[in-house]
Amino acid sequence: MPVPILKQGDTLIASVVAALTDDDLIQLRDELAQRIGKVRARGVVIDVTALDVLDSFATRTLRGIAYTAKLRGAETVIVGIQPDVAFAMVQLGLTMEGVPTALDLEQGLALLAKHKERTR
Amino acid sequence: MSEVRVAIQREADIVLARQAGRQLAAQIGFSATDQTLIATAISEVARNIVVYATRGEIVLMRADESGRVGIMVQAIDTGPGIDNKDMAMRDGFSTKNSLGLGLPGARRLMDDFDLASEVGHGTTVTMKKWKR
Repeated sequence: MPVPILKQGDTLIASVVAALTDDDLIQLRDELAQRIGKVRARGVVIDVTALDVLDSFATRTLRGIAYTAKLRGAETVIVGIQPDVAFAMVQLGLTMEGVPTALDLEQGLALLAKHKERTR
Repeated sequence: MSEVRVAIQREADIVLARQAGRQLAAQIGFSATDQTLIATAISEVARNIVVYATRGEIVLMRADESGRVGIMVQAIDTGPGIDNKDMAMRDGFSTKNSLGLGLPGARRLMDDFDLASEVGHGTTVTMKKWKR
C-alpha cells in the first residue's frame, strides 16, 4: 500500500497507514526525493504511528530516506514510533543514527520549525 | 497441536508471517509488548529466507514444556546454508549488505534460539519465547 504524501507549507508529511512492504518503502524514498525538488520542501515528516513493527530493513530504509532528503536540502523527522516498537528496536540493536525523532506530528513540525530558524 | 505455516517466497510474505505470529502470540496470551518482540523477530528470520535462500517457510506453534507456555517459531529453508555459524550470529556481520542484526537481534528478542545449518542443504532457525 503506497504511502500518501501531503504538503503543508514547505514541509512534506508522509503518513504510513498500514504495514509497509519493502517495495512500499522504496517507493516512498523515490517519491519523496522527487517531491522535495518539485515543491522545494525544506522539511519532511514521516509518521510511523500505524507501524507495529520496525525491523532492521525498515529502519535502514527510513534512515536512507532521511539521508537522501538531506542531500536534497530537506531535514527529516521520524515521528510516532510506538512504545513497544521502540523497545523492540533497542533489543534488536537498532538506532536511527542521527535522524531526529519526535513523539508525534505536532512535535515533529515544531522541531522542523526550530531547525529552520537555526539555518535561516 | 495446531500449527500455522506461512510460505515465504517474496518479501510481501514477511508481513504475512509476522502478522500470523502476532495473532498466535495474542491467542496464547502474550502481552502486547511481547507480541511486538515476537513479530519483530519473525520479521528478521523471514527476511533472511528471502535474502539468502529465496524461499522457505515460517512455522508457528504453541509450545508447552514442563509447565511453561510459550510460542515456537521456526524459519526453514533449503537454501545454500550458512558456512560460518559463529560469524552469522555476530552483530554487524552480513554477506548481503544488510545491517547484520537479523540473527543476533532475533536471538535477543526471544528466549531460546537455535541455529541448525548445513552447507548445500539449508538452514533451520528455531526460537521460542515463554510467557512470563
